[in-house]
Amino acid sequence: MADVLGLYNYWVVIVLMMTGFYIVVARDNLIKKIIGLSIFQTSVFLLFITVGKVEGGTAPILAEGFDVYSNPLPGVLILTAIVVGVATTAVALGLVVRINEEYGTIEEGEIHVQDVEA
Amino acid sequence: MEEHLPVLVVLVPMLAAPLCLLLRHRTAVTGFAIAVAWLTFAISVLLLLRVLDQGVISYELGGWPPPWGIEYRIDLLNAFVLILVAGIGAIVATWSPASISVELPRYERHYLFYTAYLLCLTGLLGITATGDLFNVFVFLEISALSSYVLISMGQDRRALTSAYQYLIMGTLGATFILIGIGLLYIMTGTLNMADMAVQLEGVRDTRTVLVAFGFFVVGISVKMALFPLHLWLPNAYAYAPSVVTAFLAATATKVSVYILLRFFFTVFGHEFAFGSMRLWVFLMPLALIGIVTASLVAIFQNNIKRMLAYSSVAQIGYMVLGISFASVNGLTGGIVHLFNHGLMKCALFLAMGCIVMRCGSVHIDEMRGLGRRMPWTMAAFVAAGLSLIGVPLTVGFISKWYLVLAALEQGLWPVAALVLLSSLLAAVYVWRVVEVAYFHEPRAVDGEGAITDAPLSLLLPMWALVIAIFYFGISTEATAGIARMAAESLLGTSP
Repeated sequence: MADVLGLYNYWVVIVLMMTGFYIVVARDNLIKKIIGLSIFQTSVFLLFITVGKVEGGTAPILAEGFDVYSNPLPGVLILTAIVVGVATTAVALGLVVRINEEYGTIEEGEIHVQDVEA
Repeated sequence: MEEHLPVLVVLVPMLAAPLCLLLRHRTAVTGFAIAVAWLTFAISVLLLLRVLDQGVISYELGGWPPPWGIEYRIDLLNAFVLILVAGIGAIVATWSPASISVELPRYERHYLFYTAYLLCLTGLLGITATGDLFNVFVFLEISALSSYVLISMGQDRRALTSAYQYLIMGTLGATFILIGIGLLYIMTGTLNMADMAVQLEGVRDTRTVLVAFGFFVVGISVKMALFPLHLWLPNAYAYAPSVVTAFLAATATKVSVYILLRFFFTVFGHEFAFGSMRLWVFLMPLALIGIVTASLVAIFQNNIKRMLAYSSVAQIGYMVLGISFASVNGLTGGIVHLFNHGLMKCALFLAMGCIVMRCGSVHIDEMRGLGRRMPWTMAAFVAAGLSLIGVPLTVGFISKWYLVLAALEQGLWPVAALVLLSSLLAAVYVWRVVEVAYFHEPRAVDGEGAITDAPLSLLLPMWALVIAIFYFGISTEATAGIARMAAESLLGTSP
């Protein structure tokens, strides 16, 4: 039981990851897909951040009386990954705006129907 | 200067991309981008010569020694891939001006096209040059994001939906790779590839590493469009502007194949990946099914760009097939096909670009009688098409030779037979175009002399590729020799 609770963050990661992935696969609405994609990516960020935390560790600054430090590297990596995630969302939303201009809808099924008819 | 070459090959296009935004002037930006692309190619040539001369080059970014700092590590394999990517980048850039003024009329701001183009080139070169796992992810996203933008510039509105679909698939694939990197980092505490290969000793069989392995396999398979994860590719290639298709088809999936090689041979080690994990059980059937299915689908396509896109999926199958043998001959075949297919697919898509420019469409009906109307373009198409089939004296033959050799070496004669059989399928779909272009009467509605051959500025870069196809097909020392040395070092059979 302690194991299950102790790994709380990892359970959250798994739940978020599967939620996001499911939305991407199952939803027809292009915006909702992007939301799912963001949730999926965020779960991975959380995974990295969780890994960086060392129990009882402080921020990695040399100081009297502290000799256990958390790992700063995953946080730095995720800072980069967040930027990548934001850029991806921005490009995706930009595409959806253009798709909406051209097709007049952002439902995947309706777009498909228009493409088949054309 | 000389010792900074490994980072310059990435930095030059990276810094040039925002400069395009500042320059804005159309002719200036075009000339600048072409010059930068050729400069990058020159650097990559120098790099390869240096690697051949001195062996592996290790570059410490910012002076921080690995494994703490980011290392750029150039060995024969990535020097070879760098040359392909930079070379195609330079040739396609030279080819581009006339074509984009026809195909991107809506985008008057052409400097945006060249910014995205150079960023895409940066990303692909970065993936190849770096020796750091997280760096791979970042460059992967740089190249991917800019390629979504490039694809969405296509005239057909379906370009938008295919760019969107590619974005979703590509991001999922890249995030899978990121998860894999994270899990490996948990187990080893390092991101440097060479260091990780050492640190993985002893923890290889833990569940975390096995899960990371799985995520890598799926993520990379999406990125390189291995059957059945190729669904994003045909539409993206069919509706993107011709310039973009020619560039991406020749480089993007090839770089993903490089990631496959790098991760599973350098980081995990081939004894683990192909010995105890038996990755070939997964890769080989998918590669073979992909080769046959995609070739069959290609035969029934009426949009020739889409036909060539399906053919690309089949060709990725050949590369993966070669890799899945995990033998010197197999890997040589895979690596050399990576290079060769880059050359011929680029030439084919450039020919399509010339046809789009003159006829406005690549539907097979539009191509009736084009053999007479556009003799040089169609001749280039036929030459590159012969190479796709694998006719002797072309590069395609070299690749298939090694693949068949590797299959027979392991006693897998049905695989060898399938490789030869699938060449016939390639012959069928190339022949369809040849038949229509050479043996049908030209479309009457156009009137006599309506369609002329593409201008010289398009023909020259395209024919440079065609000449390369025959040159490397006849003198195999350069490409197959380097591929063999790279294969031997990946398998650890050479010092």
